[in-house]
Amino acid sequence: MKPKNQRLVLVAAALAAVLAAVLLAMWGLRDRASYFYTPADIAAGKAQQGQAMRLGGMVEQGSISHLADGVTIRFVVTDGKANTPVLYRGIVPDLFREGSGAVAEGRLENGTFVADTILAKHDERYMPPQLGNLAAEHKAGKTLEK
Amino acid sequence: MIAETGLAALWLAAGLAAVQFLLMIVALRSGTEVARTMRSIAVIQGALALVAFATLLIVFARSDMSVALVFENSSVVKPFLYKVAGAWGNHEGSMLMWVTILAVAGAFLALLAHRTSERTLLAALGAQALLALGFYAFLLFASNPFARMWPAPPDGQGLNPLLQDPGLAFHPPTLYLGYVGLSVAFSLAVGALLTGEVDSRLARAMRPWVLAAWVLLTLGITAGSYWAYYELGWGGYWFWDPVENASLMPWLAATALLHSINVLAARGALKAWTMMLAVIAFSMSMVGTFLVRSGILTSVHAFAIDPERGTFLLALLAIYVGAAFTLFALRGASLKEGAPFELVSRESGLVINNLILSVILGVVFVGTLYPLFVEAVSGEKLSVGAPYFNAVAGPLALLLAALVGIGPLLAWRRERRPVFKQLIVPALLGLTALAITIILAPHMRILPRLGVALAGYLAAASVLPLVARKPLRAPLATWGMVVAHLGIAVALVGMASNAAFTSEKLAIVNPGEVLNVGPWQVQLESVTPVAGKNWTAIEAQLRATRGSGIITLAPQTRYFSDPPTETNESAIATFWNGQLYTVVGRQDVSGAWQLRLWWKPFVTLIWFGGALIALGGALALLGRLWLLLRRRSSDAEWRKERYA
Repeated sequence: MKPKNQRLVLVAAALAAVLAAVLLAMWGLRDRASYFYTPADIAAGKAQQGQAMRLGGMVEQGSISHLADGVTIRFVVTDGKANTPVLYRGIVPDLFREGSGAVAEGRLENGTFVADTILAKHDERYMPPQLGNLAAEHKAGKTLEK
Repeated sequence: MIAETGLAALWLAAGLAAVQFLLMIVALRSGTEVARTMRSIAVIQGALALVAFATLLIVFARSDMSVALVFENSSVVKPFLYKVAGAWGNHEGSMLMWVTILAVAGAFLALLAHRTSERTLLAALGAQALLALGFYAFLLFASNPFARMWPAPPDGQGLNPLLQDPGLAFHPPTLYLGYVGLSVAFSLAVGALLTGEVDSRLARAMRPWVLAAWVLLTLGITAGSYWAYYELGWGGYWFWDPVENASLMPWLAATALLHSINVLAARGALKAWTMMLAVIAFSMSMVGTFLVRSGILTSVHAFAIDPERGTFLLALLAIYVGAAFTLFALRGASLKEGAPFELVSRESGLVINNLILSVILGVVFVGTLYPLFVEAVSGEKLSVGAPYFNAVAGPLALLLAALVGIGPLLAWRRERRPVFKQLIVPALLGLTALAITIILAPHMRILPRLGVALAGYLAAASVLPLVARKPLRAPLATWGMVVAHLGIAVALVGMASNAAFTSEKLAIVNPGEVLNVGPWQVQLESVTPVAGKNWTAIEAQLRATRGSGIITLAPQTRYFSDPPTETNESAIATFWNGQLYTVVGRQDVSGAWQLRLWWKPFVTLIWFGGALIALGGALALLGRLWLLLRRRSSDAEWRKERYA
């Protein structure tokens, strides 16, 4: 190959790579990006059944109950507009409390959110960015319970 | 007084960096008479930055609460190691560490680089000074680590207990050394673009820096992954968390650079391409720093949020990356393309490697930044997680792993031999592995199955470059390549096995009861309270038996008082064929305890593979440095003979 053609081929290859990355990313994001939902989104039917996603909101007061097996809990996540019941099997962190923020990872099954992971972990200062505003409202004294 | 010494050293270093940059302009205009001055300035600037960082370590070690940063991030009762490590476990301290490494790297560049032309070296030193100057300004005007408080409070607010872990004490320095090591590649590329001397000499000068940075990044990522695995108590090793991606992106770019730089060094080809990658690699380091340090992403690695700092960092990023790209656009086109090569050749193989790595990098980059972009534009909040990255980057990574077996067999310039014949044995091994998974684990999912098959093929294919010649005669760099490529196969087996064969058990048990997980019977013997220097905990005593083997494990749930936090300290028992991972949770109303157990066959291979990859890089680095020393001494001898 002549040096000049070689450079042309290389530039074309580089451009193709960039294009491929963008197209691939767009294809991937179309199905998998709206991965964070609030109870209001779920009530509005935005979330698909069975799709992996995150659910964020406040754990409603008085909603945590333990099932007989000792390791499964039920609770309700609320964003002030709607409620979503959550089922979680696992060890919950101490900072997971009623009235504080939580993000659950899992999927929606028949209107109940079945969580694999709860992210409200470890650090009391930790607040997922998507929950930042909710927490600020909460701190400002606006109560989320009706 | 000590804190003020540090601040003064920082100001002086910043001043010297400015002088160093101005001298570069002089050097480029009127020749290289200022060379000696510039080299000494670079060295002194590095030493001053070291002094500033050392003073920060001292105030942290002495728990000098009159320094605001110590008050906010330390406490008197902390163990000594974490007092010192606390110096870089926060925003200001880690930025000081960043700029210190940057300045020290510049000093070493001034001392060691003899392979490029003097003009290119001076231009690179100027670029390095300009980089440092921006970060000095950031420290001095937006994140002063030495700010005082009056009156000095008696005790501090403590360090996030998650960070109180020996692994994490050394994790950030390793990653930072890697990040900032790439700054030298960036500066050399900028210098060479300024002088127009992009050639194989430059590539040989740049290569040890890239190799060293890449080894450290590999180690940092591997160690960080293991830390997340045992400390977060979720049993996962990679979460596609933005902070993890921030370290993965420079690694991907550096990996591409590492391969293309060999083409430039050996054949003088891919000039513009390699310069571009050098610019991108350090740009990705800065993007990573920006993502982590600006507070724009709040993730499991909780950092402070401060919009002013974020804006400052973003401005620095935009200026440096923008300037480098502009320079590249102006000069890149005028670079002569080097030696030509055919479609089937080592060069082409490396180009394909680079293209796939670039696509993966692009995919990770878009996925990491897309949520920020959407939020900035429409205010909508969303997140992109593992499903996206696994589905899009996973197959690309497997494709790359398949090609890794072929590339090293190709000859430079033109390959006419029937190379694929050599791959028959590896391909048969891969098919055998595939058949075994189908027989033994018929319900395995497709990606882990492919992973095992590919790993079998790659393990055999990666050693072929040594089989073709006498292994002991092969250069150290070839050994390094073989070990690193073998490491990919090893890590693949670990990932596939972890994905396919992990067994998990979660239940409440009373003392005396037994749970089964994988081949293990685990008995809860008792639960007792224990205490450490700054924490109290409940500790479960577990007795695990497998056949005749008996071991004990003691997972804990720790409560830290300042700041009030709880962590699950998992207890892990490691065997040649896997790990038993145990976590203890809370007590049920009936008095029973929550236990979570995993048996993870061959999971350790993931990090063992990562360590092999790093070892391969280290071998290659040693090989290059050894050749360099030998060549230099033979040069010297030759000169002696000539002038004798």
